[in-house]
Amino acid sequence: MSETTPKPPAVQRRRKILAVASGGGHWVQLRRLVPAFEGHEVVYVTINEVYKSDVPGERIYIVNDATRWDRLGSAKLALRILWILLKERPHAVVSTGAAPGCFAIIFGRLLGAKTVWLDSVANIEQMSMSGVMVKRYSQLWLTQWQHLAEADATGDGPEFAGKVF
Amino acid sequence: MIFVTVGAQMPFDRLITWVDDWATAHERSDIQAQIGPSDLEPRTLEVLPFLDPQAFRRQMEDATAIVAHAGMGTIITALELGVPILVVPRLGKLDETRNDHQVATAKRLAEDGLVLAAYGEAEFAAQMEVLERQASGERGAARIGAQASHSLLARVREFTVGEG
Repeated sequence: MSETTPKPPAVQRRRKILAVASGGGHWVQLRRLVPAFEGHEVVYVTINEVYKSDVPGERIYIVNDATRWDRLGSAKLALRILWILLKERPHAVVSTGAAPGCFAIIFGRLLGAKTVWLDSVANIEQMSMSGVMVKRYSQLWLTQWQHLAEADATGDGPEFAGKVF
Repeated sequence: MIFVTVGAQMPFDRLITWVDDWATAHERSDIQAQIGPSDLEPRTLEVLPFLDPQAFRRQMEDATAIVAHAGMGTIITALELGVPILVVPRLGKLDETRNDHQVATAKRLAEDGLVLAAYGEAEFAAQMEVLERQASGERGAARIGAQASHSLLARVREFTVGEG
């Protein structure tokens, strides 16, 4: 005789998010965004060992930072980011900038991840150069300033959904 | 204690000199500064070594007021702690940073009442007086919560891990 067992409640699948930022304000803003992924696995990528102490017990990769004029550094960073993505295969890639996030968004999108670019709140007059570079790879391309979202009447501009504070 | 910081990446000797001159004129021995990779030897400011993120946050928490470049990391941390902050933007034309984006940041956040801002030395000295009044509690500093706005968190969550 079979017993009827109550159906377990629908559990949301645990996803892996790769959260990428360089240092300083980019990192501070990324950390304020991470509560969005509560209940899911967040793997961090940043540029300095000192930030490990901000996320104790969490998985974190440290990469080199690079400016767009530093070709060797950029190549090294690109390869390292690609390697991390191939190893982790995240469901989504989220970045607040700058260079490491650029590569992560581009490669992440090419590998089929969902991609979110959140331009720094410091970019009040226009989207950052990094932001513009990753626009076509960012499925969600966000500004933190309403006037920048409204400035583009073609509907091709950034979306505004709020600020990191 | 007033804590002065220009971040770890680049020097900002113009600001450090302004603060040092102000501190010397006002005979202030309670000002500690992170001056970045600079050879400057301030007369009155106490120069601190590099601080890791936790030590940096504790230093900000212990301060009665902050003087800083208009970097978002410092500004957000000051707002989280509710410590009054006066910012001076780095200028691209003086090679203090790549471009003048800190000017727009300082202007807008000052308009919104989140920070005090100064652009020239005379204005800086005047704003230091306002900062001191905020620090003494005559007028409280702005404060923000610990995480991004609800609407931003909801939008990013729905997009990345939402069903469907």
